[in-house]
Amino acid sequence: MEGGLETELSLLASPAERRTAFRIFHRLPFRLETRKSPSKPLTDELCNEEEHNKTAETADDEKFEADDDDESRNDQRKEEAQINGQLVERTDILECAWHRRQEEADDAELQAALESEEEQERKVALGTGSASASQADLGEKIDIYGNVSKRAPNDFEHISTFTLLSVYFSWMMLLLFAYLREILKRIGIEDDKSNKERSELKDFTPLFSDFESLYQRNCYIRVRDVFERPIASVPGATVDIIDRISYDGNWTYVHPGSKTNVINIGSYNYLGFAQSSGPCANAAAESIDREGVAMCTTVHERGRSVSQHRLEKLVAEFLGVEDAICFSMGFATNSMNAPCLVDKHSLIISDQFNHASLILGCRLSGASTKVFKHNDMKSLEKILRDAIAYGNPKTHRPYKKILIIVEGIYSMEGSICNLPGIIALKKKYKAYLYLDEAHSIGAMGKSGRGVVEYWGCNPKDVDILMGTFTKSFGSSGGYIAGSKHVINHLRVSSPTGYYSSPMSPPIAQQIYTSMSIIMGRDGTTDGANRIERLARNSRYFRLKLKQMGFIVYGSDDSPVVPMITYFPAMCGYYGRQMLARGIAVVVVSFPATDMTEGRVRFCISAAHTKDMLDTILHELDVVGANMNSKFSKRAHLYKDMKIEW
Amino acid sequence: MLSSVVDSVGLWSTSLTYYIIHAILVASATYWFVKRRDSAKQQSYKLTEKQKDELIAEWEPAPLVPETPLNHPVLHPKLADSKMTKYVSIEGKEYLNMASSNFLGFIGEKRIEEVAKKTIFKYGVGSCGPRGFYGTVDVHLDLEKQLAEFMGCEEAVLYSYGFATVSSAIPAYAKRGDIIFVDKGVNFAIQTGLQASRSRIEWFEHNDMEDLERLLMAQAEKDRKDPKKALTIRRFIVVEGLYANTGDICPLPKIVEFKWKYKARVFIDESWSFGVLGKSGRGITEHYGVDVIDVDMIMASLENAVASTGGFCVGRSYVVGHQRLSGLGYCFSASLPPLLATAASEGIKMIDEEPGRLERLQRLAREAHEKLDKALQGTKFVVRAAEVSPMKHIVCEDEDRGSGESKLDSLVNTLFEKHKVMLTRARYIEKDEKFPIQPSVRFMVQSELTEDELNRAIEALRQVVCTL
Repeated sequence: MEGGLETELSLLASPAERRTAFRIFHRLPFRLETRKSPSKPLTDELCNEEEHNKTAETADDEKFEADDDDESRNDQRKEEAQINGQLVERTDILECAWHRRQEEADDAELQAALESEEEQERKVALGTGSASASQADLGEKIDIYGNVSKRAPNDFEHISTFTLLSVYFSWMMLLLFAYLREILKRIGIEDDKSNKERSELKDFTPLFSDFESLYQRNCYIRVRDVFERPIASVPGATVDIIDRISYDGNWTYVHPGSKTNVINIGSYNYLGFAQSSGPCANAAAESIDREGVAMCTTVHERGRSVSQHRLEKLVAEFLGVEDAICFSMGFATNSMNAPCLVDKHSLIISDQFNHASLILGCRLSGASTKVFKHNDMKSLEKILRDAIAYGNPKTHRPYKKILIIVEGIYSMEGSICNLPGIIALKKKYKAYLYLDEAHSIGAMGKSGRGVVEYWGCNPKDVDILMGTFTKSFGSSGGYIAGSKHVINHLRVSSPTGYYSSPMSPPIAQQIYTSMSIIMGRDGTTDGANRIERLARNSRYFRLKLKQMGFIVYGSDDSPVVPMITYFPAMCGYYGRQMLARGIAVVVVSFPATDMTEGRVRFCISAAHTKDMLDTILHELDVVGANMNSKFSKRAHLYKDMKIEW
Repeated sequence: MLSSVVDSVGLWSTSLTYYIIHAILVASATYWFVKRRDSAKQQSYKLTEKQKDELIAEWEPAPLVPETPLNHPVLHPKLADSKMTKYVSIEGKEYLNMASSNFLGFIGEKRIEEVAKKTIFKYGVGSCGPRGFYGTVDVHLDLEKQLAEFMGCEEAVLYSYGFATVSSAIPAYAKRGDIIFVDKGVNFAIQTGLQASRSRIEWFEHNDMEDLERLLMAQAEKDRKDPKKALTIRRFIVVEGLYANTGDICPLPKIVEFKWKYKARVFIDESWSFGVLGKSGRGITEHYGVDVIDVDMIMASLENAVASTGGFCVGRSYVVGHQRLSGLGYCFSASLPPLLATAASEGIKMIDEEPGRLERLQRLAREAHEKLDKALQGTKFVVRAAEVSPMKHIVCEDEDRGSGESKLDSLVNTLFEKHKVMLTRARYIEKDEKFPIQPSVRFMVQSELTEDELNRAIEALRQVVCTL
């Protein structure tokens, strides 16, 4: 969710968003227990088994083999068990603490995991990690993130009930004052500076609902200065922010005309391709001479340009699939193409934290939609089983097809999706998979091919690979890649080809050049260096934050770093304080996130130097100490950890 | 007096018992009812894990996508390998381009290209963030200010894609329970916006003001019957300035009259009329001399006359400012690449600084209409569009739709191959459109076209049409 606080309350009117709003109930200090289903899905049993046998991995493997032997008569069963085995293994790696309160035992486990990881890292650093004798297993591979089959888990640490209650209390105060000021404005004691409806339209039905405007006028406006900050330079590792002053409580701004150069850790510039000079900028400028700035027609009328055609070929090659199709806007790629794949006889199973564009796509498609708990394979499997067994409850017919929609990296949680688990489930239940790699393409995997490469999966196992060019490639637009069959269908049936303009040539050229650099086509190791620097930066920054005692969500390998500050007032405080200390950060709160989970989000870039990260960490340490926002109870686990860049 | 007290106490106590008994009855009835529905649901749905496994083994999903015929024309496009200027090179050969909406001839204009290049060397290509999170570049603010001033409105909101502008702006205001009155001829972007809004849609016949008034009156009648509900229903009229699918212009003065009479807000999609209609290119409001403030919001894309990418909404701050928090395509999408913003900004400057372009365009549009009319006389082909519209739709009035379509196809192909004139079929996804659309060929003029070129194109068209 890129929108931050701007998500806007009006969204709440749609059921998809309403669901998000009701998430607060999951976090209430008391639990509204839903009736437990009497049936246990297959993964459940196997998971439990796995948990009991956690002490000895090898014994476990033998047990699986034995199981297989028992069932060897039935080939199908055997295959299923294999998939299940794989699934369980992967699920276990990524077991997140989302719905389960972490216990002391878990802490110990984490400690052990950290130690082993550290060991691993040391080995990598020494350059001997790739072939350690104990890991003779064929599946074991080492890359820049460590062992492929032992990825960092997604971490969601919880805070105490008391703190949660105080967060609710602060929201209550905020709203109480909002109502109070609204009354003051109504009786004329306080000046109402908001924009007014035209007086001639007074007897029309009001355009906005009361609560909407209340929140906007009295809550959002107070922190408006930390959003939509205008910049006046390329959004690279540092950025020029245009100074602005408000004398009337953020209603209007005065620009004195000066700029401040600050460290930028808010832009999605993962690989540092936001550059105003160098090969990408030169190539983009040249393409304007060759092909102009725009096409002024649609793709299917006469606007299929050479640059876009070339780009589509390159994207397909980069991802290792048959074909790809590109679009001018990442948001529209999701919202306009998801409806081409499913209809009202289908089911979409969507992750709880999917981006607004995917939710809109689901809504426009007319398909039934079910939501599974974030990254929870058990929840996904249960929904899949029930959906196939019971069919569509409205029509009492089986669903024609089931499409699972997930993201690679979740932009607000920083978590990495459990792709191997999802692929195993998708294969087992014959569902289709739509993977949105908006934040992960370029940023993850040892050669930048996204979470598919990070997990060592086969890109052909994902039916729809979607991604955007806004982030890692420093451009704009989106793509969908997959088999020739699927892409041909999208070319013929996607509305974007009929009703909207194709990619502007310089935009396409920027992607082409940056992607070539990532692939090493320019004959240098620049691309590989950027990817490695990003991986090192991310891990270093995340572990340092944890060591300082902040709660950080997501996987240690993810370049999206949400630091949870809980209280709504922290948004404004961190936004202003960090800017005053020369750092531009993104702050997010309700309604873009859970009500109790206001956060500061950092997007690590390959362009950041270690010094920059150290400066940011130092300032965060000071601000965090001032505000007592180091909530983590697990800092002791990281206390003696040596964190090397 | 005493008896009355006793009476009242007696009454009180009987009524208390009465209430308690009733409450218990109602509660148990509700409990029984809910329980029964619950258990009925449970019973009819309960399957054992084994049964589920069997069902899962049996289930065969439909393929993700249907087969696409490999000879589909869309899969074999001709690639343009030059700028889409008046003459365009396609696979090495040069064609007279009458298929692009580059109405003011801005593509290939040195002045715009220089500005775009300079922008790349200052800001890079992408903006790397949504507007909220450091994706607001000063050039966005400048363009918004410029657009608002150009249209004479308080505020403009910039989007990064034309299609998303219209389809996000409508659902930012219209919600479930609201009513939108819409022309049946509106383009697909509006249709998508309407679908996303989940409001009740009342369709009126294309440009038929009597039909619109009939619907408005029917709603007013309903409102009179239920005035309480009427207070919560927002009413909108959504039309296009220049209809993309037909080339017609909307009768705006009448619509504004209805706005006041029936208290419905008016949203206009000016994607095709912005920079094209009106004496100085301000669009449909200027064309009719309607005060722009009487239109609640104008939405337009920058992808036609302005020859860039993106779109914008203008209107009063009270109205359009709301989109900064609730326009999905605004909040959740990366902002417009700075180079496209400056290109659009330079284009809009040129509309004012070089008024000759617009004059030529409007003259050519009228001329083309007249000449096409003459050339097509006595054939089955007809020009459909407003005279002032630089985009003409040529339709074939054949009884058989299939043969009509193939005639249009061969018209486009023969002109392309024999006469080196590039027209295009107007393409739609017919199964997704709300109403059937008449197949047509787009014939678009641009300001930089000379008389000779126009005559040559129309003469070639006449020749081809005669053979069909």
